[in-house]
Amino acid sequence: MFKKLSHGPIERNILLLGVLTVITISIGGLAQIVPLFTVESTIERVQGVRPYTPLELAGRNIYVREGCYNCHSQMVRPFRDEAERYGHFSLAAESMYDRPFQWGSKRTGPDLARVGGRYSDDWHAAHLRNPRSIVPESIMPGYAFLDRPLDYANIAAHLRTLRGLGVPYTDEMIRNARADLEAQARPEADATGFNARYARARQGAFDGNPDRVTEMDALVAYLQMLGTLVNFRDVTPEQLRQQ
Amino acid sequence: MPTKIEKDEISGQMTTGHEWDGLKELNTPLPKWWLYILYATIAFSAVWVVLYPSAPFWEGTTGWTARGALAPQMQAEQARMAPMMARLRDATPEQIAADPELRAFAVAGGRAAFANACAGCHGAGGQGAPGGFPSLADDDWIYGGSFDAIQHTIRHGVRANESDEQRGIQMPAFVQTGMLTRAQAEDTAEFVLGLTGRSTDAAAAQRGEALYAENCASCHGDRGEGNRDMGAPRLNDRIWLYGGDKASVVRSISLSRAGVMPAWQGRLDPATINMLTVYVHALGGGE
Repeated sequence: MFKKLSHGPIERNILLLGVLTVITISIGGLAQIVPLFTVESTIERVQGVRPYTPLELAGRNIYVREGCYNCHSQMVRPFRDEAERYGHFSLAAESMYDRPFQWGSKRTGPDLARVGGRYSDDWHAAHLRNPRSIVPESIMPGYAFLDRPLDYANIAAHLRTLRGLGVPYTDEMIRNARADLEAQARPEADATGFNARYARARQGAFDGNPDRVTEMDALVAYLQMLGTLVNFRDVTPEQLRQQ
Repeated sequence: MPTKIEKDEISGQMTTGHEWDGLKELNTPLPKWWLYILYATIAFSAVWVVLYPSAPFWEGTTGWTARGALAPQMQAEQARMAPMMARLRDATPEQIAADPELRAFAVAGGRAAFANACAGCHGAGGQGAPGGFPSLADDDWIYGGSFDAIQHTIRHGVRANESDEQRGIQMPAFVQTGMLTRAQAEDTAEFVLGLTGRSTDAAAAQRGEALYAENCASCHGDRGEGNRDMGAPRLNDRIWLYGGDKASVVRSISLSRAGVMPAWQGRLDPATINMLTVYVHALGGGE
């Protein structure tokens, strides 16, 4: 039998070659596709993870646009050195509304999965403008141009698109997307509706200027919520179980 | 079709039998050692698939998971450190600093914790950075440099709204809120510069003196000596958080400044906060 399946006969029989090619590719495909059927069971049942606020979502889009994931991962792996440096390992639940996820695969800079709240807004804004003004040994490029106005005319469409992909944005959230975005970036704005729609979201003049909504506002708002939604003091081992 | 498989005279190898315009191809099989290593890796992977969680719904016969393996590692490390960490937790920073063994441990552990938690803002050596990130390596303290004061700041943070006992009172934005005009802010700044002998406009500084007494002195002191209870920095020294040139001082008066530091209580355990307190105290300016 093995004689029959050595490459000589296979290469001479176009039908056999075709069948074997299909089988080989199918195995590769199954290895990638079958695990997706079990995604539901891998998401931990922890409390607190909510969809991004419109401002955070705009910031996330800038994060993707600028390729931050090329140097920063968002994935604390379950190793002791990472747990001691960054905190609790990342959960599948924490990136279940990420499309696409930003786990990254390379750390030229530090992991950002739990960066939220570790620095002040001022620090983030100053550091993004010129990293070396605060961290002299940094090799990160400057992003001073993020102080330009944020284009958020189509933010409601972003929410609607994500809802089509399974993120639970409500009609009310989509209707108020623009207002919510502005409310979060202006600390003086009335935020009753915003706070009701998005739990544990913080208002602030993220770039230091409450009068303008800039790309810097959006990106800092996004960075400041990373890893803060799940309160690990309340999480039980039962909730962390996958399957 | 291969028609003429023959022995190549020069190498002694067989040919594949193909011929293209007189060119023939040697049929050189893979080296045996290479082939056997390939077979060995395939056999290894088959064993691996059985032992470890390698496919959906297959948890492996060993029951190993990366997450499951982490907990015993963490516990073993915590148990190893536990005797020392318990002593560091129960001692006050003063006691730690006075005990050579505890102090050595606290400074080493504090350095590691500082690099991770504090160095981003305060610098790798505690040197601080312009723009509101204070140096911890000098003796100029906004909220005090005693063990107690340092520990309180680390625990409760500054204006982060994470603790009821947080540091920091909000300075008014004098020009933005209309309490002072732009010209008055410039006069006040001129007076403030005069506190360190750097005023270049005596008339403006004189006009600023009354404005300073009325608006600034209650927090920053009559002669700019600062007030640690309020976190109002000294203005009569040459150390400036946001720059000491006139433009920067005018900007501070106009728009106000408000540094923010997270509350580390809850993020770090009490023993680590004690170690950090001793380490920061030892950076150069502890009182």
